[in-house]
Amino acid sequence: MATPVKVYGPPMSTAVSRVLACLYEKNVEFELISINMSKGEHKKPEFLKLQPFGQVPAFEDESISIFESRAICRYICDKYADKGNKGLYGTNPLAKASIDQWIEAEGQSFNPPSSTLVFQLAFAPRMNIKQDKVVIRQNEEKLSKVLDIYEKRLGEARFLAGDEFSLADLSHLPNTQYLVSGTDKGNLFTSRENVGRWWDEISSRDSWKKVVDLQKGA
Amino acid sequence: MAIRKLYGTLGSPDTIRALASIFEHELDFEFIPIDLNAGEHKTESFLSLSPFGLVPVYQDDGLTLFESRAIMRFITHYYLKPGTELVYEVPKLQGIAATWIDVEDHQFSPPAEKLRQELVDKAKKGLPMDKEVVAEAEAKLIKVLDVYEERLTHSKYLGGDRFTSADLTHLPYLYHLMGTPVKQLFEERPNVSTWCKDILSRPCWSRVVEMVEKDKV
Repeated sequence: MATPVKVYGPPMSTAVSRVLACLYEKNVEFELISINMSKGEHKKPEFLKLQPFGQVPAFEDESISIFESRAICRYICDKYADKGNKGLYGTNPLAKASIDQWIEAEGQSFNPPSSTLVFQLAFAPRMNIKQDKVVIRQNEEKLSKVLDIYEKRLGEARFLAGDEFSLADLSHLPNTQYLVSGTDKGNLFTSRENVGRWWDEISSRDSWKKVVDLQKGA
Repeated sequence: MAIRKLYGTLGSPDTIRALASIFEHELDFEFIPIDLNAGEHKTESFLSLSPFGLVPVYQDDGLTLFESRAIMRFITHYYLKPGTELVYEVPKLQGIAATWIDVEDHQFSPPAEKLRQELVDKAKKGLPMDKEVVAEAEAKLIKVLDVYEERLTHSKYLGGDRFTSADLTHLPYLYHLMGTPVKQLFEERPNVSTWCKDILSRPCWSRVVEMVEKDKV
């Protein structure tokens, strides 16, 4: 029997939860090794060997040690192609290309404003850091423009890359979960018909529900 | 009519990343310049190809793609050239190479882009640079280059033992930054310096540079 793969990081980290969602979709058994960031565990030499930038997550299986959540997801889909959701990263180069395009869009256009809002609205209060109202407003505006584009796209296709749920949609789950459930900015998503429909569909997948449960239990 | 088209702007690092990938795979294509100054990227027809209004856009075999790294990934997997693949077939090796593509995307390029804007773009327009922004971006780039220096002690190229997309993806910013004082940060790290010289001297890259330089005239 294969050894479970290892994921290092706290489940409440958006990047860590991106990887966990992928592992659940692919039915790949994993061991989650929590890293206590408030104690600086991510900056210690043993962790830096796994992730030289001192960020979470890090990932290991019996053949490889890698980092960067989206790269980890791609690897899991390639290595464990026959497990779980086989179409998660497409089954041919053309399908993969469309998925890669929207994963990039998530990383380049969606993630910057949404992760800033997640930090300001969900994490800063817990960490006793003062919120910056100007930053919140600016990033809400940026995110709105991005979501207008998504609204149009999701009027043309059921999911971002096409007819099937893919890594591209999955990549958006962590930040959106916080914004919809943990802040007052959920209406950015729910007030847009197609985006709202898409969010309902992707967030009610079993794999994502398991991640949310894991986050709640941590 | 060309079966492959690249819409882009030669002053854009993302466009030349796609060009590098196209040249490395020796693909025939048509280049269609998009005039950003004239707002061509905001027209309905361009937005129908690239919804965020971004260059480049690549068309091939019925596919229309935006985001240069997605274009790069598509080309490397679709046009495998046995013996000189810019990608590994084995998941274990490709997993490592893919990690370093994302490192370029999320760690290297953000400060590199800031420096390009301050030291290259603004200079072209005769505008003064923001010293604070430059200092902050340099500090971030230094941390990244220290990680690269260590990585290149164990590996000839960032992605593994041969040149792959993980290295190619860095070429646009290396090209721009080597023409600024920031080049010192690369030159003072021996492994990084060797790696830069190696990848910047690839014949296919010279063809990209030739195309960019011709356009400047």
